[in-house]
Amino acid sequence: MKAKIIITPKKAVLDPQGKTVQTALEHMGYTGVTGVHIGKYIEIDLAPGTDKAAASKALNDAAHKLLSNPVIEDYKLEIE
Amino acid sequence: MNFSVLQFPASNCDQDAVHAVRLLGHSAHLVWHKDASLGDADCVIVPGGFSYGDYLRCGAIARFSPVMQAVKQFADNGGLVIGICNGFQVLTEAHLLPGALVRNRDLQFHCENIFLKTATNASPFTSQIPAGKILRVPIAHGEGCYFADEETLAKLKVNNQILWQYCDKDGNLTDSANPNGALLNIAGICNEKRNVAGLMPHPERACEPLLGSDDGKWIFESIFAALKSKTVAQAA
Repeated sequence: MKAKIIITPKKAVLDPQGKTVQTALEHMGYTGVTGVHIGKYIEIDLAPGTDKAAASKALNDAAHKLLSNPVIEDYKLEIE
Repeated sequence: MNFSVLQFPASNCDQDAVHAVRLLGHSAHLVWHKDASLGDADCVIVPGGFSYGDYLRCGAIARFSPVMQAVKQFADNGGLVIGICNGFQVLTEAHLLPGALVRNRDLQFHCENIFLKTATNASPFTSQIPAGKILRVPIAHGEGCYFADEETLAKLKVNNQILWQYCDKDGNLTDSANPNGALLNIAGICNEKRNVAGLMPHPERACEPLLGSDDGKWIFESIFAALKSKTVAQAA
């Protein structure tokens, strides 16, 4: 089992990396790009047979406390 | 007075902080991050550096060190805590200070001397800074852009929690004097109770003329004065 956590900067937070990459894409000729946001992707391996609901609860807790900083980031959790 | 200076793996301004405190006539000792006790502490310094390699986010992992429980308790009991650079990041991650520090807006690591305006003398960290004095102190960080949501910023302003702001040599809070894009040119703040402060610049690296500036000493002198008045109050 695997948990996947995608962390992105909140809209209100300055994202200079995203802006720089967006400008680079425009310079390369890619059109229609209206925004680039750079975040983090974390993969967590879970023991086979782990209870999905319990894992989801624990990982949401971990994402809130450690894996993301709710002041500046949003996250999405998927378990598969 | 006795200062406890925390030491995380990859702290690198811990010795500078100890040196500055001793130079100014007080005693300081290092406290390893795995210690659960701060020892004999009148004030705690969370020093600069790259605790835990800045992995995940600056300060994110240091926050869970055993010593941080002791720091939280010390702060809850009204003890003075100051976080410098990475120490500021650790204190925001630990929710001892509001907001967060994010990547500098130009994505560059800035290592330079800047000018600081003291926004208020009404704190244990600023009381002795001469009125109108613009402090010349160094910064050395890649993620020092202060961010907080509008509600938090409004609260900081109403409660007079903004202690230091980046300015030009004449004290003007201009955008070009802002090295990292911090909101409201914020370089340092304190909590609502005014006993915990954090700042990105390094006052401990500017406490003797040999280093080019001794303006940083005013921040330490403010802490010494606050601790002295506390001792007097306790004795009375």
